[in-house]
Amino acid sequence: MDFSIFLIQCLNALQYGLLLFLVASGLTLIFGIMGVINLAHGSFYMIGAYMAFGLAPIVQSSFGGGFFATLLVGLFLAIVLGYFLEWAFYSYLYEREHLQQVLMTYGLILVFEELRSLIIGDDVHGVSAPDFLSGSIALGDTMTYPVYRLFMSAVCILLAIGMYLVFTRTRLGMMIRAGSSNREMVQSLGVDIQFLYRVVFAAGVAIAAFAGMVAAPVSSVYPNMGSQVLIICFVVVVIGGIGSIRGALLAALLIGFVDTFGKVLLPQASGVLVYVLMALILLWKPQGLFKAG
Amino acid sequence: MPSKPSAAFVFVLAFFATLALYPLVGGKFGVDLVTKIMIYAIFALSLELLVGGTGLVCFGQAAFFGIGAYATVLLSPSSDPAGLALWVFAILAASIYAFVVGALSLRTSGVYFIMVTLAFAQMAYYVVHDTPLGGGTDGIYLYIKPVFGPFDLDQPNTLYFVTLLSLIAVFVFLARLSVSRFGRALAGIRVNEQRMRATGFSTYPYKLAAFTISGGLAGLAGFLFAVKDGFVNPEMLSWHLSGAVLIMIILGGIGHLRGALIGAFAFALLQELFKSEAIFGAFAKHWHLGLGLSIIASVALLPRGLVGVPAQLQERLWGRSSRRAQSLGDTDVSH
Repeated sequence: MDFSIFLIQCLNALQYGLLLFLVASGLTLIFGIMGVINLAHGSFYMIGAYMAFGLAPIVQSSFGGGFFATLLVGLFLAIVLGYFLEWAFYSYLYEREHLQQVLMTYGLILVFEELRSLIIGDDVHGVSAPDFLSGSIALGDTMTYPVYRLFMSAVCILLAIGMYLVFTRTRLGMMIRAGSSNREMVQSLGVDIQFLYRVVFAAGVAIAAFAGMVAAPVSSVYPNMGSQVLIICFVVVVIGGIGSIRGALLAALLIGFVDTFGKVLLPQASGVLVYVLMALILLWKPQGLFKAG
Repeated sequence: MPSKPSAAFVFVLAFFATLALYPLVGGKFGVDLVTKIMIYAIFALSLELLVGGTGLVCFGQAAFFGIGAYATVLLSPSSDPAGLALWVFAILAASIYAFVVGALSLRTSGVYFIMVTLAFAQMAYYVVHDTPLGGGTDGIYLYIKPVFGPFDLDQPNTLYFVTLLSLIAVFVFLARLSVSRFGRALAGIRVNEQRMRATGFSTYPYKLAAFTISGGLAGLAGFLFAVKDGFVNPEMLSWHLSGAVLIMIILGGIGHLRGALIGAFAFALLQELFKSEAIFGAFAKHWHLGLGLSIIASVALLPRGLVGVPAQLQERLWGRSSRRAQSLGDTDVSH
């Protein structure tokens, strides 16, 4: 493997890992803070990707278009959707057993997939990247690397930093952290925990949908894209340690690299590598790399 | 056993009697469908031993099902029909894998356990999916169906009754197991593992034994499925199937053996209902929507699963006082 190929694979691994982190961070938050096993999280990623595809022409005609306008509209819709879903479905699940949550969110997956099929159909669609990001930059003598992928990585890093700042530096972040360690105590100190949960959930949905929208030009949009990403994201969450954002970041990058280089170096075994990694890590550290915090 | 048979006992008896009489009225399609559902019911029972019996949520049960099925096809002789030995080998293969997976994954607990069992199932999935051993995505065919003495499993009706007998045998086995010392120990682990350890039980071997038995029973279901379809493919090991069987037992009601039966039938029949073009016309293509909405409704309305429906109705009609009597009646047959 010469150096420029190695560099390209590194960039790919980084970009894949960061994207996984975005989706998994919402999952780990909802899981760690609200105690809900949300199987439908992959669907939010799928919904995001389909919004990038479906909203673009609508935004084009009403606001004059633009990739970023689509992103903003999609993000807004995702927040509204998350807020509504928490109110309508998830708020009933907190007191229930985990298995009841699994059952309901499984039902939601089926509903979202069929609604997607009814509204947009079952075809695979491509989504075009904005013009100014569609070029490539040269790496070495013959290799090039698409600018859009670099843009994706940059956006993911910015979002990760933003999340870190919100978590550690703001009052909201403090309340969220407190809520995850002791729900009753925070409530008795006068924090509206129900509203807090709704905000966390809406944020989780929005981040997953945002990841889907940003990924759409690279991955294209296709049926069942949500359930594919879901399982990998659960792997990320568990390796990282449930509820830990830091752990999710590390685990996502680890999986990004293992998967990308596995496909290059051991193509026969690429699918299984991620799961071998997870099994090894959990046998070594049964609580994941980082405990929540 | 109480002197007067409980409602649950009568229900299970009537359930099996109905199944035994069904081939008289069900056509070719019906017999095939019910055979398939009964196989799923065995599969669901195997998982119920873990989830309801021991409190271990396994999200990789399809691996044992699939390994049982693949072992059936791969170990079938190419000329003569196989005999009972094949049945034994299929169950053994699944049990051995379950033993290995259990030995490692039982070091973890809770959600981590769920994910480790998933990981091991995915490994098995990729082994049959990506290596020449399993025939890749296309799967492999079973050309010659096994013959058990006078029973030729190539005959749909024979297979139906062999499946029914297996289902009854598995049910009775698990019901006896749950009232045995071993089953009581498992129930103790489910309720409070710390306390079980404090009273001097080494819980790990009990859990491992339960896991291995469960894997073997799932392998039995896989064997029957391979024989029924004459075909295996990697999807039989996929996490979608592990998820579906988990959904079946939750839908039916965790903690009751008959919940697994009811759940398997309810899940499969709901699927058939929403797939039916006679009822939904062109919309039948979107059967997932109906299935998903029914699942959501069942979570909202039936917190104890379908098993809890009679108790819920009774509470509605006669107030809360009768609930205690009902739940006492429940405990006799299936703890």
